[in-house]
Amino acid sequence: MSRAKKYWILFTSCLYISAFTFGGGFVIIPLMRKKFVENLKWLEETEMMDLAAIAQSSPGAIAVNAAILTGYKIGGVFGAMLAMLATILPPMIIIGIISFFYVAFRENVVVNAVLKGMQAGVAAVICDVVIRMGTGVCKEKNVLFVLIMAAAFVLTFFLDVNVVYIILGCIALSVIVFFVKMGIRKKKANTSDKICAEIQEQKDCAIEEQTEVDSVEELAQEENQEIAKGEKEEEK
Amino acid sequence: MIYLELLWVFIQVGLFSIGGGYAAIPIIQSHVVEAKGWLTMTDFTDLITIAEMTPGPIAINSATFVGMQVAGIAGGIIATIGCIIPSAIIVSLLAFLYFRFRSLSFVKDTLAILRPAIVALIASAGIGILILSFWGEGGFTTDVTALNIVSVIIFFSAMFVLRKYKTNPIFVMLGSGVLGAVFYLLL
Repeated sequence: MSRAKKYWILFTSCLYISAFTFGGGFVIIPLMRKKFVENLKWLEETEMMDLAAIAQSSPGAIAVNAAILTGYKIGGVFGAMLAMLATILPPMIIIGIISFFYVAFRENVVVNAVLKGMQAGVAAVICDVVIRMGTGVCKEKNVLFVLIMAAAFVLTFFLDVNVVYIILGCIALSVIVFFVKMGIRKKKANTSDKICAEIQEQKDCAIEEQTEVDSVEELAQEENQEIAKGEKEEEK
Repeated sequence: MIYLELLWVFIQVGLFSIGGGYAAIPIIQSHVVEAKGWLTMTDFTDLITIAEMTPGPIAINSATFVGMQVAGIAGGIIATIGCIIPSAIIVSLLAFLYFRFRSLSFVKDTLAILRPAIVALIASAGIGILILSFWGEGGFTTDVTALNIVSVIIFFSAMFVLRKYKTNPIFVMLGSGVLGAVFYLLL
């Protein structure tokens, strides 16, 4: 695909998606998923979730942020600016026109009937993507992830905790996980002699490059197995 | 200089509205209604209603609307640009950092932990809209008569086509709008 064509598809896709983000920023996630993950295959499924996380925790509108991130992946800073422009144009034009006769628009019976119908549709679109992403998380078979998902839901839905705190909490949790892993690594270094440790480090690097295993527990298990291996080598 | 004032006010709105849509409303209100007096409280309430009725982020909708009311089309454009300047800078930087460092194991783990939380946040937003659509402004009740039957029918039909045929969400939303018009206006 030529560069110009890529930019053109990016621009028109964002324009089209933005024109349909009724009902708050998160509607853009199912729409972008359909377009960029399923149709164009420009993004991975997990990548889309990462972009949603970054878009949500940065200042500004989620839809604009998500567009900037997607644009950046596809065409660097220029792509990001292009996607951003495409995302703000539809609401700007629509509000620009409506601001001349907004009282009439607000009180129009047809407009209200269509919007009330769309509200139910938007709810369905979001529920569908949640089912899809939720089963994706459960398939990883990691208890920690399921617990995080349940806890985050209770905190945000029932207790009305600000999203920012939930994201900060997740980052804090990952720092804890990081230190736990460091601890496991240190133990391993103590049980092996220097050469062994070097070999293992190389192995670790290879493993980290090869696998895309995000699961902390699985990684810890692998490392434990390696410790066992290292000890056997030592015995020999 | 009205244009510079608009630009500065909406840069602040863009910078301090973290967490999407509804986080922006109190910030816009304090600047536009209380500090500057650009809109009355009635105008502002109308603005929020219209922002919810039209596509696009509330912050962008408000910026365009306020800018146009205060200083015409140029005002609308300048206010909208102000609103997105913080995102453009901060998110581009984050995009650079993400694509550069996401293969580091610490970043990987952090993102892995964030993913389930994001699913929960999206679920929470979705259920909020679902409740609004089924029961209206009053919120969830066990009273069956309070249930909006039309919304329930549209929701389950939409769910069915989405899950069974993997229809494009945009067509599902358009279809729901058409069904809404048919049910509410003709029946």
